[in-house]
Amino acid sequence: MAIKDLPLEEYILKGHAACPGCPATIALRTALKALGKNTMLIVPASCSAVIQALYPKTAFNVPTLNIAFEAAAAAASGVAAGLKAQGKDDILPVVWAGDGGSYDIGLQALSGALERGTDFIYVCYNNQMYSNTGIQRSGATPYGAWTTTTWTGKKEHQKELAEIVLAHHIPYVATATIAYPEDLYNKMKKAKEMKGPRYIEILTPCPPGWRFDMSKTVEMAELAVKTGAWVLYEAINGKIEFTGYSKRILEGKEREPIENWLKMQGRFRHLTEEDIKEIKHRLDEKWERYKQMYGKKE
Amino acid sequence: MIVIDTANHIAALAAKMAKPAVIAAYPITPQTTIVERLAQYVEKGELKAEFIRVESEHSAMAACIGAAATGVRTFTATSSHGLLLMHEMLHWAGLARLPIVMVNVNRALGPGWNIWSDLNDSLAQRDTGWMQFYASSNQEVFDNIIQAYKIAENSDVMLPAMIAYDGFILSHTSMPVEVPSQQEIDAFLPPFKPSWTLDIENPITHGNIVPPEPYMEIRYSMHQAMENAKKIIEEVGEEFGRKFGREYGLVEEYRCEDADYVIVTMAALAAEARVAVDELRSKGEKAGLLKLRTFRPFPHEYLKYDKMIVIDRDISPGLGGIVYNEIKAGGKEVYGFIAGLGGVDVSYKDIERIYELAKEGKEGWYPTEVK
Amino acid sequence: MNVKTAISIPTEGAMGKTGTWRVFRPVIDTSKCIKCWRCWIFCPDAAISRNEYPSIDYEYCKGCGICSNVCPVKAIEMRREEK
Repeated sequence: MAIKDLPLEEYILKGHAACPGCPATIALRTALKALGKNTMLIVPASCSAVIQALYPKTAFNVPTLNIAFEAAAAAASGVAAGLKAQGKDDILPVVWAGDGGSYDIGLQALSGALERGTDFIYVCYNNQMYSNTGIQRSGATPYGAWTTTTWTGKKEHQKELAEIVLAHHIPYVATATIAYPEDLYNKMKKAKEMKGPRYIEILTPCPPGWRFDMSKTVEMAELAVKTGAWVLYEAINGKIEFTGYSKRILEGKEREPIENWLKMQGRFRHLTEEDIKEIKHRLDEKWERYKQMYGKKE
Repeated sequence: MIVIDTANHIAALAAKMAKPAVIAAYPITPQTTIVERLAQYVEKGELKAEFIRVESEHSAMAACIGAAATGVRTFTATSSHGLLLMHEMLHWAGLARLPIVMVNVNRALGPGWNIWSDLNDSLAQRDTGWMQFYASSNQEVFDNIIQAYKIAENSDVMLPAMIAYDGFILSHTSMPVEVPSQQEIDAFLPPFKPSWTLDIENPITHGNIVPPEPYMEIRYSMHQAMENAKKIIEEVGEEFGRKFGREYGLVEEYRCEDADYVIVTMAALAAEARVAVDELRSKGEKAGLLKLRTFRPFPHEYLKYDKMIVIDRDISPGLGGIVYNEIKAGGKEVYGFIAGLGGVDVSYKDIERIYELAKEGKEGWYPTEVK
Repeated sequence: MNVKTAISIPTEGAMGKTGTWRVFRPVIDTSKCIKCWRCWIFCPDAAISRNEYPSIDYEYCKGCGICSNVCPVKAIEMRREEK
């Protein structure tokens, strides 16, 4: 599916309230092109809740249920059940939640909905912090990052929510980012055709949060993948296949130096040599583990 | 048909007969047997519903909201800490105008853990926009649940409804209940017509940012709906009386016409108070009972007696009894008693004693601090 | 039924004419354009439509510059808006 072949239909209307250069809306535009009209969005408190703009108008042209911060996956369970009770099995409930509402406050509801086999797609668009409330740290914030609650840099590495989700043994788990719309589109489409719980996590670099020029949003996402800071894969019934550039890295292509990615972002401006060593060490360990577990066996 | 069973099982039966399409519930003592019975009904094929075995009460209400938003009838049940955990979502359901029906089995709050009855849990939800019905018998539990759907789904109301009854005193006590046939219930309850839904053909967004002025209009609409509910509750109660032989209103007045003092209370205490009134009357006291069936909407119009003795099975620290304070604003001669918190037993003999104390001009915490 | 709750209707320009947010405006040199449509897919505001060449809806374009950044042939220039 090349970019030129992606459907023209827009479900996000012009004149919404997102910051200029917002990756969440880039992701949502592409996602909805794959998901289509028969989608019901469940949106917890997050940037996307605000992006809709103000009552009595909304910028989202699919039925959208806003819901409390921690409750997205639970509300989606209810939507799925209500639709099932009415025999409306051609309508798909899709959660569109940030990392806050997924990694942290929403983790319980997410885990419960997955374990119950809820028939829905859960999308976590991850900008690695609580962006909507003004750039506070989340469980997805990487080591060393500046946020308004980690002024001298976060002292802990982030957790890996996609891996937690994998432990729920659901039919489909995938990671993606905005820099590769065909990859994101294909994964959304694949998820759409399946049944049961499906999870897709999209890295969405946030210009005001990560401190970089708003024109470089897509470039930032691409470099995240090329340095290995973000990995692209999909797991169908637990069987993991890396995709795109991440697949090439797995197969031996050298990762670009992580410093190239770090130095593009103001949130890492204060990193010391020690910090960078720590980040590299963890990254190397992670890719070593990936190669062991998912690389080609000789 | 007469069924003899615990209030919890009766509640499950009423919920089943109201035919909700989605049930989402989490177990908590002393509500558990409701959820267990409903799970049995669904798994045996007696109730065609989607049963979501959620992982918390907050998620139970969120799931009911999600389901109701697709335009179907829903049900849940909880108690005490579970109700408190749901509090945020109770407000959500109220403001979203989704007529969800829920049973709350009253149970005291901790710490320390207390599984016995008092009304702090449900009364703490009084600002959420939920209607509240209190039952004093298993029959009332059944009848209130059925009526609650009709009232909540009325187009002039469209507010969620809670049916509350005392943990263990009713929840685990068997009583005979007259249960109508399914056909009669079906005839009484019209199919649910939501005021808004998530609809593919007419996409709308619910709940995005609302500026201050329209927000105030939304609140006003809720308040009006709660006012409208008074009339609807009485109409539905009157219709229920015609069809099933048991009429209901906002309150129940017992021997109040010539009463010197009227005892005002709710739930199981009201059942005890009824016995106390008869005992007092037999001793020559002109006692009466005003039982509040609804706490929301609050039946202010019925609190017209000159001398009232309010027994609160709840406390708002610093304010006093919650029911007492809702009445006292009316400026009548009102004696307030706090009794039975944490499940302390309050029998009709205690209520007779309370009546005597009120006549002496005393009020307070019964039995320890009455002055 | 006079139920008032927070229901909103899908509307173009829900936040107003967001084109007024711009400091820089993208200008496309169609002579260079190879119609890869990267500018179209990456616009966060769906402000670029696919006609014979990409065309920008300046009523809503916020001037983020992503289109210029992703264009493989540098056909889009960011020019400061006149006051």
